[in-house]
Amino acid sequence: MTFNYDVPGDDFTRAGEASGDLKKKLKKLGFPSSVIRRVSIALYEGEINMVIHANGGHITADVNTDEINLTLADVGPGIPDIEKAMQDGYSTASDQVRNLGFGAGMGLPNMKRNSDEISIETELGVGTTVRMKILNQ
Amino acid sequence: MADFIHSVTLDKDKCLGCTNCIKRCPTSAIRVENGKARIISSLCIDCGECIRVCPHHAKIAVCQGFDVLNDFEYTIALPAPSLYAQFNNLEGPEIVVEGLRILGFDDVFEVAQAAELVSDATRKYLKGSDPDMTIISSACPTISRLIRIRFPDLIGNLLPLLTPAELAGKLAKERAMRETGLPADKIGTIFISPCTAKASSIYSPIGLEKSNIDAVISIKDVYTRLVGVLNQAQDTCGISDSGRVGVSWGSSGGEGAALLTDSYLAADGIENCIKVLNEMEDEKLNNIRFVELNACPGGCVGGVFTVENPFISRVKLTSVRKYLPPYKNIIRDDLVPDEYRWSSEMEYRPVMELDPDMEKAFAMMEEVERLTSKLPGLNCGSCGSPSCRTLAEDIVRGYSTENACVFVLRDEVQHIADLLSKISGIGMGRKPIDDKKNDDRSK
Repeated sequence: MTFNYDVPGDDFTRAGEASGDLKKKLKKLGFPSSVIRRVSIALYEGEINMVIHANGGHITADVNTDEINLTLADVGPGIPDIEKAMQDGYSTASDQVRNLGFGAGMGLPNMKRNSDEISIETELGVGTTVRMKILNQ
Repeated sequence: MADFIHSVTLDKDKCLGCTNCIKRCPTSAIRVENGKARIISSLCIDCGECIRVCPHHAKIAVCQGFDVLNDFEYTIALPAPSLYAQFNNLEGPEIVVEGLRILGFDDVFEVAQAAELVSDATRKYLKGSDPDMTIISSACPTISRLIRIRFPDLIGNLLPLLTPAELAGKLAKERAMRETGLPADKIGTIFISPCTAKASSIYSPIGLEKSNIDAVISIKDVYTRLVGVLNQAQDTCGISDSGRVGVSWGSSGGEGAALLTDSYLAADGIENCIKVLNEMEDEKLNNIRFVELNACPGGCVGGVFTVENPFISRVKLTSVRKYLPPYKNIIRDDLVPDEYRWSSEMEYRPVMELDPDMEKAFAMMEEVERLTSKLPGLNCGSCGSPSCRTLAEDIVRGYSTENACVFVLRDEVQHIADLLSKISGIGMGRKPIDDKKNDDRSK
C-alpha cells in the first residue's frame, strides 16, 4: 500500500512529520524495529534535505510485506556533484542552517547507509528524485 | 495476566462518559463504551494523566489505607523523597522520619537513602559501559512501561538497576530480619508513594520477579496525619540517613545531576518524554550520556498523589536539603553489586500492532486508511475513541461501527430525511384515476 506526504519548504518545525507518521504506521503493520529505524532515519534525512535545499517536495512510500520503497521528489535546484554530496561531511548548507544544528553533511551518506538500494536522478534547475529501497529482513 | 494489574481504575457511578480522559491519554488506552470510560489494560502505562484531568473524580487510583499496618508484626515506612516537599518550613527530612514513627511505623527506611546508593551504582555502571551509548533512567515506572510497548529499540538503553523504592524495600527488609529475627512475611515494607505508576509497580515490578515492597500508601493519605504530628516530631529530633543527592531525586534533574557528568538530559511531563524518546529512536540525540525522564510534570513532586503544586514543591525541596551534606551513602565496592541489578529481562510488548500476521495487518491498514478518509477528522471524541483514526482502527478491530461517528450518523439521517421529504412531496402509493381527465382528452 502507498502513503503520500507533502513536505513544505523552509519550515524546519514540520520536517520529520512524514518520517514520524510512517514510523507509526510501520509499527502498526508489525515491521521489526530494526527495519523501522532504518526507514525512519533515511526518510528523515531526505525530508530535511528537501526542506533545506529544494523548498519542499513530495514523498511516496510504497510498502509491502517484503520491502519499503521511498520516493522523494522535488523541483529544487538539483545536485551539482553527486559524488561529493555522497561524502561524509560534505555540505553546501548555509550558516543559518548550520546554526540550527543541520547541514553536517551526513544527509545523503546516512540515507545510503540506511537503505539497501538508493538511486538519485538529478538535473540542475529541474529537480531531484531520490529512490530508496529498504528490505524487510 | 498478572503483569497487567493497574492501580488506575474507574468509579463507574461518577463517570459521565465525557471525553476528557480519552483525549488526554498518551497511549490512547481509554474508550467510552456505553456511556462509561474503559481503560484498555494492555495499553495503560499507569501515568495517571486521566486522574489528573477527570473533572468528576471518576478516575481513581487504588492503593492501601493506613490499616494495612495491622497486617504485619513489624512495619517499615519507605517515604519517597517527594514527601519532604509537601510541608511548609520543614527544617529537615529527620522530622518527617520521626513523624512516621509517631504514626505507628516501627522503622523508617528513606527511599532517598536508597536513591543515593542507586546514584553511586549508576556512576559505576556508566563507567563500565560503552561511552557512546545513551543510558535512560529506569526509575520512573511509567517511562519503562512506555518504552516496553512503544520503543522496543530503546529497551537495551534502560538502566538495568533497581529503582530506589525497590532497593529501599530490599535493604529495609534485610535489616529488619537481622534486627528482629522475624521471618520476611511478618515484616511489612510500606512505600509512601507520590504516584500511581509506583503504586502499580509492586504488582508487576520491572526487572525483577517479585517486588520488595509489600504495600503502598499514597502521599496524600499520609499527609494529613503527618501534619498533625510534625510539631511533636520536631521536639524528639529524629535521624535522617539521606543527603542532598538522595532528597534531590524528588524533582526533575535530581537523578541526572548526581551522576557528575555534564552530558545528561532531564525531561519531565509525559508528552515531553515521548518527544525525547522519539528523537533517541531515530538516533537524533547524540553525545548525551544519560537521559532522565519523569512522566509527571516537575518530576515525582508532580505525581497525582502529591498534595502541593509541583513548582512550589520544587522550592520546598531545595530548602529542605539546604543544610544536608552532599550525600551520606556510597557503595564500598568498585563494581555495581549484583543485588542492585535487574534479575529478569524486559520484553517488548507489541500491543500497537494491528495483527501479528503481517498480511492481515496490511489488509486492516488499507481499511483503516479508507475509513479515516471518510471520517470528518475533527477528533471530537464523541464516538468514544480519542481520534478519527483510532475510531477507524476500532472499527477494523471490530469494536465500533461507522455510525458511532455523530457526523456520519447525521449524514445518514439527513439522507433518510431527504428521501422521506421526497416521498411526502409526491405522496405515497397509487393515485385514483381521474375519469373526467381521461374523458376530456378523448374529446
